[in-house]
Amino acid sequence: MSPALRKVAIVAGLLAAWEAWTRLAAVNPLLFPPATQVLAAFGRSLASGEIPGYAGQSLKVLLTGMAIGAGIGLVLSTAAVTTRLGAELLETVTAMFNPLPAIALMPLALLWFGLGTQSLVFVIIHSVLWPMSLNTYTGFVTVPQTLRRVGQNLGLRGWRLVAGILLPAAFPYILSGIKIGWAFAWRTIIAAEMVFGVAGSQGGLGWFIYQNRFEMNTDLVFAGLLTVILIGLLVENLLFRWLERRTVLRWGMSTTH
Amino acid sequence: MATLLGVRDVTIAYPTDRGVFTAVEGVSFEVREGEKFVLLGPSGCGKSTLLKAVAGFIRPARGVVELEGRAVSRPGPDRVVVFQEFDQLLPWRTVLGNVAYPLRVARKMPDGAARAEAERFLRMVGLDRFAAAYPHELSGGMKQRVAIARSLALDPRMLLMDEPFASLDALTRRRMQEELLAIWEATRKTILFVTHSIEEAVLLGDRILVLSPGPGRVRALLDNAAAGRRDSEAALGVQRQVQELLA
Repeated sequence: MSPALRKVAIVAGLLAAWEAWTRLAAVNPLLFPPATQVLAAFGRSLASGEIPGYAGQSLKVLLTGMAIGAGIGLVLSTAAVTTRLGAELLETVTAMFNPLPAIALMPLALLWFGLGTQSLVFVIIHSVLWPMSLNTYTGFVTVPQTLRRVGQNLGLRGWRLVAGILLPAAFPYILSGIKIGWAFAWRTIIAAEMVFGVAGSQGGLGWFIYQNRFEMNTDLVFAGLLTVILIGLLVENLLFRWLERRTVLRWGMSTTH
Repeated sequence: MATLLGVRDVTIAYPTDRGVFTAVEGVSFEVREGEKFVLLGPSGCGKSTLLKAVAGFIRPARGVVELEGRAVSRPGPDRVVVFQEFDQLLPWRTVLGNVAYPLRVARKMPDGAARAEAERFLRMVGLDRFAAAYPHELSGGMKQRVAIARSLALDPRMLLMDEPFASLDALTRRRMQEELLAIWEATRKTILFVTHSIEEAVLLGDRILVLSPGPGRVRALLDNAAAGRRDSEAALGVQRQVQELLA
């Protein structure tokens, strides 16, 4: 049996154990609904467009935060690799802010931006900015001197050297920064949405889970958690794998294989 | 023949943990238009350091490097370097892209023209069939050929070659030397070539500047009548002459 098939079998086994336990022990479905009931609720909510709507909202906010965070990170790491002061600035601020959980910034976010998308974007930026900057900077620093000189030989300097040589040469590190950033951001957004609740017309997955707990729709709470897991798996195992095959693997630049 | 490159009383020194280290001291030489000029010496004689100063990667502590009478202050595509390291190719670009991209950047060529020019030079080094391959799929010798094609395509005033064949196996190395001679016959591009191999210096150099180490100083400047004639009587004679100079 292939490892992938075995993993599918493991998941099926866990679901069966879950189903058997809730049925045989007659667990209160308001506390722990059977697997089949959760899957049915998940299917209904998927078909009605409810879960896709909430998930889409979460992803939209997350991507906005990641894009802004990546942009600021790029500026910071470019400054760090081109000037000594920039390097010291980046090292100091990442050392200071990296250990600070994004959730801990939520009271401040509420104070500054109020209940709304802006507060969510703010905490997402915080959660992705430091790991992404640090990875990009490490990538820049480890670019072989020969490649750097090839760029300089063509007359490239400053940001043109960064864009033409350093960015692509550091791409394996940047990609792993994006992966770490995604993992942080995805966990952060779900947690933050539970605090911020609904912003304007549409809430995110975290809000969906929180609201259904409030209404005792425990099967939908589980369905929301299932969605969080599924999106995480899809992005990490399909999107990032695909990106790796198209880039670092094709270029023979992979740092792990 | 006109002087193309002038290296005048150049001293290169670095600060290190144990004070200032002088790599090259008071070196002067001139390279003429269209010749193959070799810097030869044992390791530690500062020959690569001199080439880096000519390329503009490092600044001499004293003296000047002049290209066509103008002082060199920074790297530029009028002096293209072929490095020893195989990682001088951009791994994220195909073989064709590695030759075409510099043309777009340094010669401001439009994409189509750059690709056509790149194909022409890949044919010259016999790698047109590998245009779509990525560098990591090539052997060391093929990578160095791509680097040479890239440098020639840029049509620089001179080619700076920093031990480009030193990491190759003996057979590939011999073949690359022959190919370089053929390319030079076809293009008459001025070449400044750094090597520690006496045999290579005598095969390639129209003139050979012999450097002695610790710090690097000029030992002798030889006119080499045996260039291009491997294993000839004349070549063996020049090799013996150089060996005595370095002994």
